[in-house]
Amino acid sequence: MIGFLTLLYKEFLRFWKVGFQTIAAPIVSTLLYLLVFYHVLEAQVEVYPDVAYTVFLIPGLVMMAVIQNAFANASSSMIQSKVSGNIVFILLSPLSYREIFFAYILASIARGLLVGVGVYIIAIIFFDIPIRLPIWALLFVVMGSGLLGALGVIAGIWAEKFDQLAAFQNFIIMPLTFLSGVFYSIHSLPSIWQTLSHLNPFFYMIDGFRYGFFGVSDISPYVSFSVVAACFIIVSMLAIQVLKSGYKLRH
Amino acid sequence: MLPAIDIKHVSKHYGTLCALADINLTIQTGEFFALLGPNGAGKTTLINVIAGLALANKGTVSVMGHDVINQYPKARQNLGVVPQELVFDPFFTVRETLVIQSGYYGIKNNSAWIDEIIHHLSLDDKANQNMRTLSGGMKRRVLVAQALVHKPPVIILDEPTAGVDVELRQSLWDFIQQLNQDGHTILLTTHYLQEAEALCNRVAILKQGRMVALDSMQNLIGSVAVGYILRLKLSVSILPTALQKLQICYNKGLHDLKIDDYDQIESVLEILRHADIKVVEMQLLHPDLEEVFVGMMNKTEEEQA
Repeated sequence: MIGFLTLLYKEFLRFWKVGFQTIAAPIVSTLLYLLVFYHVLEAQVEVYPDVAYTVFLIPGLVMMAVIQNAFANASSSMIQSKVSGNIVFILLSPLSYREIFFAYILASIARGLLVGVGVYIIAIIFFDIPIRLPIWALLFVVMGSGLLGALGVIAGIWAEKFDQLAAFQNFIIMPLTFLSGVFYSIHSLPSIWQTLSHLNPFFYMIDGFRYGFFGVSDISPYVSFSVVAACFIIVSMLAIQVLKSGYKLRH
Repeated sequence: MLPAIDIKHVSKHYGTLCALADINLTIQTGEFFALLGPNGAGKTTLINVIAGLALANKGTVSVMGHDVINQYPKARQNLGVVPQELVFDPFFTVRETLVIQSGYYGIKNNSAWIDEIIHHLSLDDKANQNMRTLSGGMKRRVLVAQALVHKPPVIILDEPTAGVDVELRQSLWDFIQQLNQDGHTILLTTHYLQEAEALCNRVAILKQGRMVALDSMQNLIGSVAVGYILRLKLSVSILPTALQKLQICYNKGLHDLKIDDYDQIESVLEILRHADIKVVEMQLLHPDLEEVFVGMMNKTEEEQA
């Protein structure tokens, strides 16, 4: 247990020591989205009855920031350790692959939550955004960041160079995030896009998270929960298997 | 007694390249063992297999009786490895690095031992500096310290003195020798053959993934080069014909002659006297590991040719 807690502490320190870059910067960029969309769309769009567009948008932006940073944390920690070679200290240690996995994703969840909470706290200074069902919101934010943390572990192990990791981020994570309903309700989309959105697991994270805020969602929160939980379990098992096999880590 | 490291029929290949071919090696507890061989011989691969950084295609390895695959937590708990590459985590200071390293091995409150290692490796005034700011030699010391935080019974050093200044080399070896005397088993690879000769009791020589020699230091030196080397600096550069058959090399004005015993010195000097050649300098050398090593490398090449 001490070994696991130490690795968790180290992973925590790793982003905390450069908190300006890992926490403050994503908070600022997310608030910039909010500022721009607020000015452009506030008066024109109403997604749910009696919910102003900006208020609708904020949970989506919070979740987007959470999942992007959860992914960035695990993946960049992994690839930096690999490229600089200091991953050997972990590989030489008696830490089990499960301990390694959980330390990485818990640190990812922690960073995701810190960024998310930061965005939310600044947003509530200017807007009235109640969280009606906080347990639901918490459930989705933890599972969503855990899922992205696990994906980050896999991507960080798979990528041999930083540009491969950037490709993973820009061609997979970013499109899935932007097309998941952060900025809109999928009911406003043509039916083909609605169908496609249902294939995007990120959609269920955002929709379920938003349910925690408004008690209203595009689809049943139980369905969203099942999909996100299933994805989380499958990706986590895959990540544990990758660590266990020594793929690209133990030659 | 339980062997410290037990390697059985280990083979490892990368694609078509055979890095290790059926290696068998048992290192007993308390040994100071050297693994020698030219670059690319498979020394680091073998160490990586023992440490779990590489997975063997065939064979088994155990450390203090624990299989490195099936019982990896116990095997790794018993092992401290100083890697060849100068790796470090740029986020932390020396002391933080060592505290974290202790934690990986399940040790809390290790500061007394950490202080002791820091002191032995003369890192006292660097303890609170960030790893990034250290010189190469200092980083090497920290790597040694990291391998020792959990007081492992078996310590592996992969070329620990490469790129390290003379002063550190000496203090490092004193420290490692002390650890060996305290009962730790040491396995090292080095390019400095004198180091291996001075420190180790047993040697294995690897070449192209095969073990070409495995013996005690004394036997190995005795087996290849019997006799002595007479090193001469002469008033002329060409040896008399009678002596040319004894010559093993000529380098920088020095003639190295191979002789069987002390009596032969007399006859060499007599031949020189007759030829009216003056001896400017004379030295009698015992065969050393370097010769064994070079001999061993040449021998296997001839066998292959």
